[in-house]
Amino acid sequence: MFNKGSELLDLCNKENKKISDIVIEKEMKLSNSSLEEVIGIMKETFKVMEKSATEALNKEVRSVSGLTGGNAKKVEEYRNSRKTLSGVFINSAMSKALSTSEVNASMGKVCAAPTAGASGILPSAILSAKEKLESDDDTTIRGLFVAAGIGEIVAKNATVSGAEGGCQAECGVAAAMAAAGIVEMAGGTPQMSLDAAGFALINIMGLVCDPIAGLVEYPCSLRNASGVVNALISADMAMAEVESLVPFDEVVEALYKVGKALPESLRETALGGIAATPTGKELSRRLFS
Amino acid sequence: MKEYGVFDILGPVMVGPSSSHTAGAARLGKIASEISGGGFYKVEFHLHGSFAKTYKGHGTDKALVAGILGYSPSDEELRDSFQLAKDKGILFEFIETEMEYAHPNTAKIVFKYKDRPDFYITGSSIGGGSIIITDIDGDEVEFTGEYPTIILKYKDQKGMISKISSILANHEINIATMKVSRDGDNATMFCEIDTPIEENVVEEIKNIKEITRAKFIL
Repeated sequence: MFNKGSELLDLCNKENKKISDIVIEKEMKLSNSSLEEVIGIMKETFKVMEKSATEALNKEVRSVSGLTGGNAKKVEEYRNSRKTLSGVFINSAMSKALSTSEVNASMGKVCAAPTAGASGILPSAILSAKEKLESDDDTTIRGLFVAAGIGEIVAKNATVSGAEGGCQAECGVAAAMAAAGIVEMAGGTPQMSLDAAGFALINIMGLVCDPIAGLVEYPCSLRNASGVVNALISADMAMAEVESLVPFDEVVEALYKVGKALPESLRETALGGIAATPTGKELSRRLFS
Repeated sequence: MKEYGVFDILGPVMVGPSSSHTAGAARLGKIASEISGGGFYKVEFHLHGSFAKTYKGHGTDKALVAGILGYSPSDEELRDSFQLAKDKGILFEFIETEMEYAHPNTAKIVFKYKDRPDFYITGSSIGGGSIIITDIDGDEVEFTGEYPTIILKYKDQKGMISKISSILANHEINIATMKVSRDGDNATMFCEIDTPIEENVVEEIKNIKEITRAKFIL
């Protein structure tokens, strides 16, 4: 069992195992299930993720409120037909993250990871890495277990709720989970996975939760797109053997303290940030009048 | 420190957009409907706090209606629940209200019947798709619906708790929590158990003669 990143690393080093091994063993013990059962549920979960990440790429999906939609398709068409600035791979990852966000806002089916608002990041990161690295199914599923392990540590020691910790606790944590997962998929060490997760959190530390009209749409979908890019570059930095000066557990603690220091107006109340701009307020008024 | 499992983090699989405003609302509706026992022709949803302010944009309204029709938070029918209710001839209405000291995401769900008085349930969506039921037709309660639950009303007298717990014990069913309250001569028992019970156990409990009303949410 592990509560902290350091404990997870110790277990990996002592038993010469991958993070996914430790997380899977813990889950089997906790839920009193067999290896096949645990893997089976993850495969079903991944199917939901794959569907949501691709559903809005070729058809315009609009939100229930009518506020947002259609951007996944736009980015997908752009990367297919024009010369892009950040490349086909990055644009493809963004369109997949936008797709899940748009499916979520349209009352479609998603897997909260760790929340519904941040559900676009992990599926896109895992699918993008799978495509790039040509990973087999087992390696891909293991990437998801690593991500879950990182999420468990943050949930235990900090928070994964925007109302408590701001967007850094949702999209930031989702990116950290994803970064750690794809590092293992790429053959990185457990230490590299934790460094990647730490980088992803450091990159967005302080990010506020300020949804227009309180709806899980804008700027949420944009931050899912930037979140997956954060995950990919954090993973690459770790794979390049850039080392984190500050250990993962201390970064998580810092995230928690920063979250607590955020005023309530910037924690999912729609009273600050983008929600409180004149346009944000006008859109809210129009939606609810 | 609360223990988290892999699928607490990667999950729930749910219809969006919000675990508290959509998934929790569907769950609340579903459990309320199970407690009501069905047979209603109309349902009123009295919405408080954030539920009242944002129910349209979050699809809370569609989720609640889907819930009372028996759908779960992961059913894609949530999106089309208004039409599904119409097809079944069930009417529904949303009323924005203020409730004192209530959680921001609270709904009072009133079931209307042609042949008997209204029946209501109040509950809140407390985050991550979890809910808590706080009032069943005037009885203050506190249960989450995460465990199978038995709700009994009976004439208060000695030995009732022992009778019920013996039946459960004989069938090797473990009691997770039990709360008993009394109003005059009548007692109400809420009992959460670890495993669902079979029909014969339900019958055995119902056959206790002092019991005036029994509900099983399994």
